[in-house]
Order: sequence, then C-alpha cells, then structure tokens
Amino acid sequence: MTELGPPLSLLAEVSHRCPLRCGYCSNTLALDPASAELDTANWCRVLEEAAALGVLQVHFSGGEPTVRPDLEKLVACASAAGLYTNLITAGVLLDRTRIQALRDAGLDHFQLSIQDSSAASADKFAGFAGHAKKLEVARWVGELELALTINAVVHRGNLPNLESIIELAVELGAQRLEVAHVQYYGWARLNVAALLPTAEQLDQATATVEAARERLRGKLRIDYVIPDFHAQYPKACMDGWGRRFLGVTPTGKVLPCQAAETIPDLSFDNVREHSLEEIWYRSPAFQRFRGTDWMPEPCRSCDRREIDWGGCRCQALAFTGDAAATDPVCEKSPLHHLVTKATEEANRSTEAEYTYRSWDYRDGGAPTGFGS
Amino acid sequence: MSTTLQISATSTPRLPRHVKFRFDETRDAWVILGPERVVFPDDIAVEILKRCDGEANVETIAVDLAQGFEVTVETVREDVLEFLRDMAEKGFIEG
Repeated sequence: MTELGPPLSLLAEVSHRCPLRCGYCSNTLALDPASAELDTANWCRVLEEAAALGVLQVHFSGGEPTVRPDLEKLVACASAAGLYTNLITAGVLLDRTRIQALRDAGLDHFQLSIQDSSAASADKFAGFAGHAKKLEVARWVGELELALTINAVVHRGNLPNLESIIELAVELGAQRLEVAHVQYYGWARLNVAALLPTAEQLDQATATVEAARERLRGKLRIDYVIPDFHAQYPKACMDGWGRRFLGVTPTGKVLPCQAAETIPDLSFDNVREHSLEEIWYRSPAFQRFRGTDWMPEPCRSCDRREIDWGGCRCQALAFTGDAAATDPVCEKSPLHHLVTKATEEANRSTEAEYTYRSWDYRDGGAPTGFGS
Repeated sequence: MSTTLQISATSTPRLPRHVKFRFDETRDAWVILGPERVVFPDDIAVEILKRCDGEANVETIAVDLAQGFEVTVETVREDVLEFLRDMAEKGFIEG
C-alpha cells in the first residue's frame, strides 16, 4: 500500500447559512445553526494547523461563506500561512468594496456559482432572485483583476441550456468553467427524480462540453464532472478516503468527505478538541475506509483497488444500506442492479417534485435511499 | 487577464496573479498552485519557472540556463519554448 502523506486540500465550510435554497445543495440535511459556528480565532488556528500539516489549498465554502463578516480575516490568516485561497460563493451578498477587501486580504481565486443561463430559470432552481446580481459580481471580479471560475451545477432541468451556460461564462470573462453534474447526496438525493439526467442527456452534455473545449481553447478552460451512474466503474471518490482531502464543518467537525456525515456509524473528531494533525493521521473516521484493508470482495482482489479506491462510501450506503459495501455503480458489484433500477425509474419520471433546501427539514427525517 | 499562447524568444513570461509557485517545506519540493490544481514540477521546470519574472525574455532565460547546465543555447531555447507554451495552455504562464 502507498504510504500515507499529508493532505493537499481543505474545504472550510465556514457557515451553513445561505440565502439560496438550491434543491441539490451538497450540505447535510441537518444544517448547523449560526450560534454553533467556530469563531474567528478557532478558524485561524485551523488554517495555520492545516498549512503546517502540508495542506496547500483552502476552499472557503458553505453554505454561503460571505455571510461571515470575518471572512476577510480568515482569508488573510490562510494567505499568511502560505495557503492558496479560493472562494466558492453564490456572490449575491457581495458588493464591489467587499470583493476588493477580499482581494487585498490575499484571495487568489474567485469561484462564482450560476444556476442556469437565464434569470427566470436560474432563480427558480435557486429559490432566490439572485441571477442578475451574480452578473454584476462577475463584472466587478473582472475589473478587480481577480481570476474567475464560473461553476454551473447541471441536471435534467438546465442541461438543455448548456450551450448558453458556456456562452455566459465567456461573456462574464471567466478563465475557467466548471460544469459539474449533481452528485446525489444530501438534498440532491431527495430530488433525484427531478434532477437525474437521462443517458441521452448525459451523452449530449459530454459532446457539448468536448466541442466547446476545442472551440474555446486558450480562452476558457472547462472542467467537467460527470455522474458515475451510467459508468462501468465507480469514481475514485475524494481520490481515496483520507488520502488528499479534509473538510471542516461550520461547527468544527473534520470530515474525510463532504457527505461523510450521512454515514451513521461514524463519529467525527472536532478541531475544538484535537489538532488537525492528530485527526488526519489517527482519528477512527479517517482510518475507517483509508487504503485497501477495509475492502470487501470483489474490491479486495480487484486490480483497480488503488485506481478507484472502492468508489464512494456514501453512494454505497445510499443504495445498499452499508457504507462498507462495494460501490454498486461498479459493474462487478453484486448489487449493481439497484443502480440500474434507480436510473431506469428516474428516466421514466416526468413531473417529479423539487424540494427546496430549508432549515426545518431535520424534523421530517432523512430518506432511506432511493434504490430500495 | 487573457493567456497568450503565442510565446516566442522575445516574450517575457510571468506567472499570472492567480498562480502560486513556491517551495513546500512539508514535502521538500517546489509546487505550482492554481484553481483546483496542484502540480509538482521537475528540476528543469523549476529552474525555468524561477526565471519567469515578467522581465527576462525567453532568450535571456535560455542563455542563462545554457551556461548553468553547459549545453548549447539552441537546445535549451527549444525546450524552454516548448515547456512555456505547454504551461501557457494550462493557464500557468502569461507571455
């Protein structure tokens, strides 16, 4: 087995608060309240510990990270520690002065989300009238000479507009565009029937992206994140559990992946009680699915075990009820038929309900999975 | 902000504002950092990148490297141009 090294990147989810209500939000269903968030001093300590541990990049995210009035301070702490700083934002709470302040604090890169190419449709998916403001924010980012990535999460509802989403990214002066298919955890899992693209839509989207990459070479780089539902083998989720990535939640829990809290029998150490280094190298949650020793068959003897690292634990849980099972997306999984069944059902559904993200969902209880 | 792909011997390459090139003490290695990207350059790439300050042109960089490594400027110039064009296409270098 490859020797364990330091992590490369840290996702700092500084708050779960967000004015948008996207029904595919990657946050957990049970959102953390503002009163439980880590304070400025704790976040700065975490960022310094991360840099000392070997983390190279920090992504400030949420929720909406700009709800924190101390975000400039956090960016300055990270920058002073030598970290590459990236802001992942919906943009709607920003004005030009604040963007300038973030830049002056040392922000290296600005990543702005859009929900679709037109305001009417984008605002519908976001549950918030913010599209027009985003266009203004993109202009300010360009004027302030900050590097801009546009991030578009795509799904059945906005995939017909993919060409115009790409055009909009060019118009907004982005150097980079992320076209990211919805990953079906948390809120997106509730809305899978409304969001999951058909196999034809997925093929069309891939062709559109490939043509645009060729046409826009040297002008706009397009990174493309596909769902693995229709694939032969699963994705190497997080590039392997506990190999490269750690995430810190608003309340200070440290996660091996953003969706790890969906796994019921794992408990996560908190930065209020342990150093990041202790957690990375020794915490039970990071050890649980690290490397290959935990793997069941057919993973354990598979020659792809250090290519896809057993796929995604949260997906295994969602479909099979067991986070330690082989990712059922893999055609070698004995439970692969559950994925086939779910995609077929989604392909048949036409008028599916779309549930917006909200704070009181926890009372309704989490769904048990759409494959069963 | 646009990336110039037309890098020639008279270009003065530099790293864009959003790209960081620094030594990482933890890994004892040079590293290039960009949006969602981490690259560990080899020794030759490190020597080229250290000289990309937006003032030295490609010819100057090639002459400097040729002296240090005791090879002909012609050989180095072609290698440097090829490397920088590749880096420019990836958005790590501006001309």
